[in-house]
Amino acid sequence: MANPVVIMRTPAETALIERFASEKASLPGVAEARAAAFARFEAKGLPSKRIESYHYTDVRNLMRTIAPAANDAVAGETLKLAGFARLGFTNGRWQGGDAAEGVTVQPLADAYRDGVMPGLGMGEASDIVVDLNTAFARDGVSIKVAARAEAKLHLAFSENVSGPASILPRVIVHVGEGAALQLIATHQGPAGIAYQVNEVVELRLGKGSNVEHIRVNLSGDKAMVLSSVAATLAEAAELQTMQVSLGGEVCRHQVFVTYQGENAKAAIRGATMLKGSQHHDSTLVVDHAVPHGESRELFRTVVDDSAQGVFQGKIIVRPHAQKTDGQMASNALLLSDDAGMSNKPELEIFADDVVCAHGATCGALDENQLFYLQARGLPRKVAEALLVEAFVGEVIEAVSDEALRDQLAGLVSGWMQARAVS
Amino acid sequence: MLEIKNLHVEIDGKKILNGLNLTVKAGEVAAIMGPNGSGKSTLSYVISGKEDYTVTEGEILLDGVNILEMEPHERAHAGLFLAFQYPLEIPGVATMTFLKAALNAQAKSRGEDELSPGEFMKKVREAAGKLGINPDMLKRPLNVGFSGGEKKRMEILQMALLGPKMAILDETDSGLDIDALRIVAEGVNAHRDPNHAFLVITHYQRLLDHIRPDTVHVMAKGQIVRTGGPEIALELEERGYAEYLGNAA
Repeated sequence: MANPVVIMRTPAETALIERFASEKASLPGVAEARAAAFARFEAKGLPSKRIESYHYTDVRNLMRTIAPAANDAVAGETLKLAGFARLGFTNGRWQGGDAAEGVTVQPLADAYRDGVMPGLGMGEASDIVVDLNTAFARDGVSIKVAARAEAKLHLAFSENVSGPASILPRVIVHVGEGAALQLIATHQGPAGIAYQVNEVVELRLGKGSNVEHIRVNLSGDKAMVLSSVAATLAEAAELQTMQVSLGGEVCRHQVFVTYQGENAKAAIRGATMLKGSQHHDSTLVVDHAVPHGESRELFRTVVDDSAQGVFQGKIIVRPHAQKTDGQMASNALLLSDDAGMSNKPELEIFADDVVCAHGATCGALDENQLFYLQARGLPRKVAEALLVEAFVGEVIEAVSDEALRDQLAGLVSGWMQARAVS
Repeated sequence: MLEIKNLHVEIDGKKILNGLNLTVKAGEVAAIMGPNGSGKSTLSYVISGKEDYTVTEGEILLDGVNILEMEPHERAHAGLFLAFQYPLEIPGVATMTFLKAALNAQAKSRGEDELSPGEFMKKVREAAGKLGINPDMLKRPLNVGFSGGEKKRMEILQMALLGPKMAILDETDSGLDIDALRIVAEGVNAHRDPNHAFLVITHYQRLLDHIRPDTVHVMAKGQIVRTGGPEIALELEERGYAEYLGNAA
């Protein structure tokens, strides 16, 4: 008889097990759903580089300790967005906010009590980081957008902690048939503090609905941020989701998109600026489970100093998902010799009548382009900034709100200016 | 205006220019003609400050100031302009944005105020109109998807807007049909005056039918081997460069 496998727990894993045991009785929602999610974590542990999808971001190794849950606090600084109904969150906890017509917002615990279930946005995908959020999340909101409503929401997350703390919000969004939603989530937090975020946003797009989701990551420079977007698309739904990321020390942004109805479209984009010893991983799983789906992925990463960027993009086309059209590109600009980028596009195509393509590039700024601009009178730093801003700008130009687009472009040029000074 | 003295230049240890001497006076249009591989493009890049080249000896003076220690943008601010043989495509940078950045950088270097958006638009529209450049092109990313002729016109537009005192045109005629050639030549001729000088680098004589040079220099094996009037261009058109390929130092 084989010996039972003895799992070596890391201190962080042991701490999670102890924490779940002590907290589970007080956590809201369906206990079985939490227990099932936690059981998946318990069986596998934190994802390590031995798991293919975590090869470049070894969470087991990076997450050495588990910070205690963050306390209530007053809101810190957040971006201001004109024309958007603002929902404020401090340390993951909803603080109330503006009302918007056709939009119902409930705290997570109330939504769970009323029957909202977590995890449905994942489709058939499974992920331990999402499971941990499912197991532990007590903060966050459910947002319901009524059929044919039009709404512009700003979820302004500010973390206000003075020492290591963990923040695990869950946002579950149901978008009614034919509704249109602009959902901007901004994330800011203190510098110099090793706080941990594991945040999940579920987007459930109803038939013919349209969602533009933008996540702006301005987390503190010592933060570990695990963020996941899990979206399901009903027939003819259209999703755009973008992350603009400048903050954090170790970040992994995951996007799971599942096509559940035909003729749905998704555009997934990312603009990431990395410096110092930052590590940022963008991982996508796009599951074309039905025919006639279209997906577009465009990721631009700028890496300076000894920072490391990762892009993993998987497009799955199931056997009956004919007429799928998928185009994926990840381009990285390396601004220093020590900067690194790992690009891993993957196509898993099981249907025969599809159009799918991917491209990945990685390189330095083009010296000939720089010389051309310099020969017209632009100092080298200005020429570099122009090229980098243009490179990232091709992602940001998709943002429909002009003021927000300008703000995001301003963040990028501020990043370049800070670089020129140092 | 431009004085080049005993210029020796290498790239990756290979000698390209071998003691080149050249003088271009204010108001002069000088042409350099030469066979492929004679070092014509190298000369234009070295004057504008491209990094890849090593100057081992000699100097380049612009109005008496040695520019070899200057950065490329400082040379541009000093009044130098190179119309590229192969203008670079700059994705994501609208032509208008680029023109504005270039004009403002040069205005700033002279301690002048930036042009107001209105003045800037007016100036660009006027100059573009004269060169037959469609205003829609100015909204597109610089040179991306432009035809060869459109790229060359865009170079002349930049020259017209920046108003350099010393402009070098590197093979501006290559890739141009006869109509585009005429428009480009008119653009250059419009800027001929006693304060501006041009160095026109070309392989063929046909551009010089439209931009009449005051002086023609023949370049071979990294040196100027002959200097004379426009008649040299006609002679070269007839006899080719064979005689210069054997006897250059």
